[in-house]
Amino acid sequence: MKNINWFHYAAPQTFYGLAGKAWPWFAVLATAFMVAGLWIGFAVAPTDFQQGEGYRIIFVHVPASWMSMVIYLAMAFWSVLGLTFNTRLSGMMTRALAPTGALFAFLSLWTGALWGKPMWGAWWVWDARLTSELILFFLYLGYIALTSAIDDTRRSDRAGALIAIVGAINVPIIYFSVKWWNTLHQGASVSLTQAPSMAALMLWGMLLVALAFWAYSIALVLYRVRTLILQRDSHATWVHELEEVTR
Amino acid sequence: MSGGAFMAVLRRDVLLALRRKSEVLTAVFFFVVVAALFPLGIGPELNTLRLVAPGVLWVGALLSSMLALQRLFEADYRDGTLEQMALSPTPLAWLVSAKLLAHWLVSGVPLVLLAPVLGLQFDLSTDALTTLTLALLLGTPVLSLVGGIGAALTLGVRGGGVLLSLLVLPLFIPVLVFGAGAVEAQASGLGAQAHFSILMAMLLPAAFFSPLACAAALRIALE
Repeated sequence: MKNINWFHYAAPQTFYGLAGKAWPWFAVLATAFMVAGLWIGFAVAPTDFQQGEGYRIIFVHVPASWMSMVIYLAMAFWSVLGLTFNTRLSGMMTRALAPTGALFAFLSLWTGALWGKPMWGAWWVWDARLTSELILFFLYLGYIALTSAIDDTRRSDRAGALIAIVGAINVPIIYFSVKWWNTLHQGASVSLTQAPSMAALMLWGMLLVALAFWAYSIALVLYRVRTLILQRDSHATWVHELEEVTR
Repeated sequence: MSGGAFMAVLRRDVLLALRRKSEVLTAVFFFVVVAALFPLGIGPELNTLRLVAPGVLWVGALLSSMLALQRLFEADYRDGTLEQMALSPTPLAWLVSAKLLAHWLVSGVPLVLLAPVLGLQFDLSTDALTTLTLALLLGTPVLSLVGGIGAALTLGVRGGGVLLSLLVLPLFIPVLVFGAGAVEAQASGLGAQAHFSILMAMLLPAAFFSPLACAAALRIALE
């Protein structure tokens, strides 16, 4: 395991096999972590003394928000790799990541609204975190719209990579500007940071669900990238020699 | 020599825009009409109007600069001028910065000049008008610079216009926040100095990096 030749797996043909072997394992991991995390979250973790049972949505909400940000970073990472090394696989990875990232951003907004209504009495407040999560969702949509509007795969990958990098540079700027904008307009009506320190058990539940989301994303992205590889290499001989294609 | 090329592209683009006045004027009138619609929607209460004026004028400026953005590279792309620019010994990014400057002169400066007049309709004080104009003067170039990247990426793409807004408008948010915030800070007695500094801090890196990103995007489109 010491010397893995990473460039060997940069070829779609070899990565296709690796991804095929890996994704079921990540799917199993995701299920196991999810069951454990939700079991702790719903059955074991104590009721919060301030928020009652309603706080339990934290076990989905916080990991989904984390994941939406991690996936954008991963997209930027693959974009930089793709533009510097000019590898085809990087573009496919970025494209495979985008829908999952958008899903998590949406999930985070949705669960946030569901949580906000009983706790703050409003579905939506113009808090810095909420606003920047919404903008992150828009950035995902922009990436998906741009890449799907360009038919030429090479051009759409490179254009998508550029907008993903520009977006990644902008995310911190947007976050801080919205934060200052918010503090200028009104005192922070909502602060998640000053919540009482969390019980260790709640933290465990959240971490397990976060791990489950990681494994789920990896499994899904690997599966999706396999489909993309098949689509794009459908003219290649090696695809036609595959068992699942000839069958 | 490259300074000569810069000036040549700048003059050419400004001249072309002035020869086709209707396109420039459309974006400007759009700005005026949007600004005039808001009081009709909100109601003529001057206290409310004074509060929303900076935001309304800034959002109007964002949208109207979006209209002009679509034409930034389109004509040159279609008739092959852009390819010649990419092939020329002068760096493409340098020529692109001339185009972006020309675009700002044609689409941004009229908005800056009109804003105080429209601000009067919203009953803004002289101080507020000065702040608003200065903020627009610092902020509108950023709109042209960042928007240019989007315009280059969506060159010749299906449904380019709507796509461009979806790509670029989220990236305009910091400019909007500090541009409109400057007037409010000034009105509340805090002074707009900090906002101007931040707008400048956005303008300078954008002026340096955006032509490079635009050039990269154009090369992708020209491949």
